[in-house]
Amino acid sequence: MIGIVDYGRGNLRSVEKALEKVGFEALIITSPEELDKVNGLILPGVGAFADAMTALNSGEWIEPIIQFARSGRPFLGICLGMQVLFEVGEEHGEHAGLGLLAGRVVKFPPGGKVPHMGWNSLKLEQPSRLLEGIPNESYFYFVHSYYAEPSEKKDIIATSDYGVVFPAVVGKDNVWGAQFHPEKSSPWGLQLLTNFGKWVNDDATLSSH
Amino acid sequence: MLSKRIIPCLDVHDGRVVKGTNFVQLRDAGDPVELAALYDREGADELIFLDITASSDKRETMVDVVRRTAEQVFIPFTIGGGLRTIEDIRRMLRAGADKIALNTSAVQNPQLIQEGAHAFGSQCIVVAIDARSTAPGKWEVYIHGGRTATGKDVLEWAEEAESLGAGEILLTSMDRDGTKAGYELELTRAVSRAVSLPVIASGGVGTLQHLAEGLTLGEADAVLAASIFHYKEYSIEEAKRYLAEQGILVRGLV
Repeated sequence: MIGIVDYGRGNLRSVEKALEKVGFEALIITSPEELDKVNGLILPGVGAFADAMTALNSGEWIEPIIQFARSGRPFLGICLGMQVLFEVGEEHGEHAGLGLLAGRVVKFPPGGKVPHMGWNSLKLEQPSRLLEGIPNESYFYFVHSYYAEPSEKKDIIATSDYGVVFPAVVGKDNVWGAQFHPEKSSPWGLQLLTNFGKWVNDDATLSSH
Repeated sequence: MLSKRIIPCLDVHDGRVVKGTNFVQLRDAGDPVELAALYDREGADELIFLDITASSDKRETMVDVVRRTAEQVFIPFTIGGGLRTIEDIRRMLRAGADKIALNTSAVQNPQLIQEGAHAFGSQCIVVAIDARSTAPGKWEVYIHGGRTATGKDVLEWAEEAESLGAGEILLTSMDRDGTKAGYELELTRAVSRAVSLPVIASGGVGTLQHLAEGLTLGEADAVLAASIFHYKEYSIEEAKRYLAEQGILVRGLV
């Protein structure tokens, strides 16, 4: 079972329906205690970095989410949910993130239209389980004004180009993030969610033995 | 790099697509959800539903369309028509819409743009502008489906909408709408240059060349079309192939 964190900041229904479409049951989780019920977790998010962290903090989500990630179970942040995986966000001042990945979240340089909104293609930087079966140069739907700058190059799985080349998929061990919206990126976004769902199931089978 | 978007528009009345469709693959050509799912499969980049239902007590029907669409369509979609309050916006977003388009209500109450952007983010607030030419290089904003003149200048209104927090402009030329004579390129370009928001060109498309012109000469980020797709004059795939041949970057399904 895949949990989707409901902390009041994100289009949960779209993520839930997309998982259902590719054959995985999802549970919308409204309190940290329910994290025990799931084998994998998705952290969605729309809006501003500090606002999301405040919402996570007031729902007392931060420590339980960090514990979940440390438990080794598959974890995927989407859009702002990916950005808060990092240590620091620079949106409207400096704010601490979850710190599960090393690096900062910074604003696109002036010049281009912001937000970066629409379909952009991915350059696969290294093979990964999450992007299995997804061809290089596949398109995904993005909406964001800030992007992550991981401290570790090896955490960058795929990049995209919007004047600057920025990480579109990041990952380390069991903690992953997608800057785009896989739930709105038919057909390849659904492939990514399929890969994540399979991983959650495999991982759950493995740990029950 | 960011690709240009092709956006089919579906006019919905009492939960049914109007301005008929010519898709033989559909069991029910009037069902907006079935048509939306087909456009998703064909490679449309986004969809817009315009609710042209006259009475607001029928609005629940549209919420149901949105809910069912969200179960079957996995590209972004926008809902416009008759949304007047923050609560109206919230209801559509909750039901699964990604963006909402404000037209008459935004002109009558510009604060709605600001409140909507603040509550839900600029990315989901599209301001739809119906423009009519008044003099060379001048256009006036019309509301109530193009029936009422407002005295507002289109370029000034687009700039104001941006400063209030709009995330995108859906720009329709009333002069061209339904003519199949092509987008009004001068208008599209003027608005694209006036704001730093993405602009969706609308009104007048009749050929694939018109789509290309909207994106190049009109400097639009996306092009909206209804009849050329509904009546199967062209498929989304043909449109994309043509645009790619013209050197315009579009999303392929690989």
